Amino acid sequence: MSTHHIQVTINEKVHEADVEARLLLVYLLRENLNLTGTHIGCDTTSCGACTILLNGTPVKSCAVFAVQADGAEIRTVEGLVQDGKLSAIQEGFHEKHGLQCGYCTPGMMMTTTALLAENPHPTEDEIRHGISGNLCRCTGYMNIVKAVQYAADKMAEKVEA
Amino acid sequence: MTEIQGLGHSRKRVEDARFLRGQGNYIDDLKLPGMLHLDIVRSPYAHAKIKAIHTEKALATPGVLAVIDGPTLQKYNVHNMPTFMGDTQMVLPVDTVKYQYQEVAGVLGTDRYTAADGVAAVEVDYEPLPVVVDPFKALEPGSQKVRDDKESNHIWHWEWGDKEKTEQDFANAEITVKENIYIPRIHVSSMETCGCVAKWDATNGHLTLWMTTQAPHIIRTVVALITGHLGLSEEKIRVISPDLGGGFGGKVPAYPGYVIAVAASIVTGAPVKWIETRTENLAADSFGRDYHITAELAGMKDGTLTSLRFKTIADHGYADNAANPSKFPAGMFHICTGSYDFKSAFVEVDGVYTNKPPGGVAYRCSFRVTEAVHAIEQMADVYAQKIGMDPAEFRMKNFIKPEAFPYTSALGWEYDSGDYPAALRKAMDMVGYETLRKEQVEKRARGEFMGIGISSFTEIVGAGPSKHFDIIGLKMFGSCEIRIHPTGKAIARFGTKSQGQGHETTYAQVIAEELGIPADHIKIEEGDTDTAPYGLGTYASRSTPVDAASAAVTARKIREKAKKIAAHLLEANEDDLEWKTDRFFVKGSPDQNKTIQEIAFAAYTNHPQGMEGGLESVSYYDPPNLTYPFGSYICVVDIDRGTGKVAIRRFVAVDDCGVRINPMIVDGQIHGGLAMGFAPAMMEEISYDENGNIHGTNFMDYLLPTAVETPNWELGETVTPSPHHPIGAKGIGESATVGAPAAFVNAVVDALAHLGVTTIDIPMTPRKVWELMHKHGGTLEE
Repeated sequence: MSTHHIQVTINEKVHEADVEARLLLVYLLRENLNLTGTHIGCDTTSCGACTILLNGTPVKSCAVFAVQADGAEIRTVEGLVQDGKLSAIQEGFHEKHGLQCGYCTPGMMMTTTALLAENPHPTEDEIRHGISGNLCRCTGYMNIVKAVQYAADKMAEKVEA
Repeated sequence: MTEIQGLGHSRKRVEDARFLRGQGNYIDDLKLPGMLHLDIVRSPYAHAKIKAIHTEKALATPGVLAVIDGPTLQKYNVHNMPTFMGDTQMVLPVDTVKYQYQEVAGVLGTDRYTAADGVAAVEVDYEPLPVVVDPFKALEPGSQKVRDDKESNHIWHWEWGDKEKTEQDFANAEITVKENIYIPRIHVSSMETCGCVAKWDATNGHLTLWMTTQAPHIIRTVVALITGHLGLSEEKIRVISPDLGGGFGGKVPAYPGYVIAVAASIVTGAPVKWIETRTENLAADSFGRDYHITAELAGMKDGTLTSLRFKTIADHGYADNAANPSKFPAGMFHICTGSYDFKSAFVEVDGVYTNKPPGGVAYRCSFRVTEAVHAIEQMADVYAQKIGMDPAEFRMKNFIKPEAFPYTSALGWEYDSGDYPAALRKAMDMVGYETLRKEQVEKRARGEFMGIGISSFTEIVGAGPSKHFDIIGLKMFGSCEIRIHPTGKAIARFGTKSQGQGHETTYAQVIAEELGIPADHIKIEEGDTDTAPYGLGTYASRSTPVDAASAAVTARKIREKAKKIAAHLLEANEDDLEWKTDRFFVKGSPDQNKTIQEIAFAAYTNHPQGMEGGLESVSYYDPPNLTYPFGSYICVVDIDRGTGKVAIRRFVAVDDCGVRINPMIVDGQIHGGLAMGFAPAMMEEISYDENGNIHGTNFMDYLLPTAVETPNWELGETVTPSPHHPIGAKGIGESATVGAPAAFVNAVVDALAHLGVTTIDIPMTPRKVWELMHKHGGTLEE
């Protein structure tokens, strides 16, 4: 098994690691770097619990090798808090009761981060399709949709201000 | 001043702070120094003799430390384990496997990759044996036997009710209806799979087991019982259930992986982690449902129901690994008379072994209540359809009357409270029932298929009263311990375990209401058997009926002591004191008062002579009865005659769970419950081919609804408090999963009723609906 030296920037911090070629990015985050907020819910890229932003694009980190992330900018749930304050998305999930067991929540919020960056004013239908790569077993999705709408409104207010 | 935030307050969740920041403590987040990883070799066959297990290559793999097999465990007599239902189950096989994906051997590696390498390198010689998958075939004389240690594939027969009177009432009936209803095997698929970390401390003989369990105390006792002969006794076992990524019943049983991990830690002296993959979770963990029900109703031409008769074959797979109360092998299936006033009823259930994974746990429901509700609510429509009566009118006619409560059902349950007509009427008003019926007539005239389905369910939750309820002999009481600190803040611990229900938020509200201490000043803990009072865990919607009750009762005990301290401080007679919100005051002199915070301080600094200091209490609450949440759901569907696709146009849910502790969380529980009612109704099923090969071992084959398929929910409420619960609450975690599936089914059947369709089994996939329509000449042809 070949080993590779990689450098990744995660939540604005540079990390270097020697990794086996087969190491999945999700395990690099969780096991090598102790960033356990990114979760694993399936083996088939179906559930989205492991969603992170790779160079701004949401990807399922259980389907990316760590070596593929060499040189990349990564954002995980641990990087959502800015200046000690919850992001509008985190606040939305809290205010609208958009989480219960919390297991899918990090992935769901990372997908939402990318969704709102691309489409700041999504319709309900666009939100539902936007988060359809992330499974949630607890909430029935309705409050997640409301949480995303809350975040979109809040971010729009900020832009106007 | 900090707000108290007692009952009825939509308090935002305390748990969110860590989950939103990625700081939850789920099982796979735990990392201990020197920890090894366990991975499991599983059987590709549903039934086979194991001729040999070759471990040489695995042991030669770098990083692989050991392979544990059945014969190894047999030396210590831990190769088998008991199930909660008094059955036995293999931990690891000594010579035969009985279902596909059964555990065959455990491989220990220094990390999860090397453990997986080891699994791939283990070679097992199997000799395939004949397989029995169909429970009806399993019952035929001469069938292939699943269990070598049993006489036949028939596990148990259970019956309930007055058989003779039921037969009489059927004989005297003007109308009888009968349908076969299959409620397929499904899987809870919590987003987090199961797993554990076992840490054996050889020096002190202590075992710490972090484990994805909804019931840590039962696990501790079971571990003590099955390992007692090895010197592991209960005070040396600590079970910790960390944050759980969902449970829904799937994290109640003990699975072989946990036991192998414990054995591995004892053998190696190192901490051992075992985390299931999704495939292992779907293919080998306990399933829900799998009930084949023959349902019959009897009654009069005017629509009056008189009698009910249900006969059921329950497919339990290789072992009865359900988690029902001991006296009830079919759970509370005898709630199947539902919301209706029957004169008589008789139900029987036969448990059967097949070459499939063991189980029979709940899928977000209280012990087979969904199966019961599904059958009665579907049959109500079958009856109404047969006599040409509107299903809403039919229900109104047969409902147990509001004035009849407490009501004893034909099968002996004492329903605590209810107002069924009010809930249905409210749902009908919300959905615009009469207008929809007119629209349906117009649409049918145009050849368009729309349907309206009702489900007016009654649930039975909160197990339970010690007279009838235990699991392996352990009574199912609630438990709560509250300690008030000198500064008037508190910690409370419970024998339950939240899996997302928000106990840290809601239990604090119950105590806040009773003691006037702001909920923000009350810390809630669960899940650690070394600190929490003994309790049977969270499942079957029991946390609110049993443990929230316990919280109120414990808080009231503390208030009694607080009153004595207040009397001492105010130099008043106890009888002259009154409680209001957060303080005792002297009757007629509201200025003379002592707040709970002042009293708490005095309990540690200035307590009356002769009284024990401190301010704390513990209680074990034995509920006098179960609680009976209810509701009425109405679903509106439009069916595409070309494709069979069912579009859910509306779904109105009116729930009555008694007093609501936190309305925001109640609504969240209903949303989630509805989604888990929608899922098996429309999408989910675990099926097997004739060789016992499972279909659906991942989320591409076993379909969980996404945000796109899941409908929007319209919620309504009525409030009928439970008369026996200290705060009048009933429980809400599962009502929607129990009540919803029949509403979807009834809507689809209603859309196709004019074609002569009377029933359809779930999941109602487009193909199944299209085939049914096609059979009845209802599809659009090219």
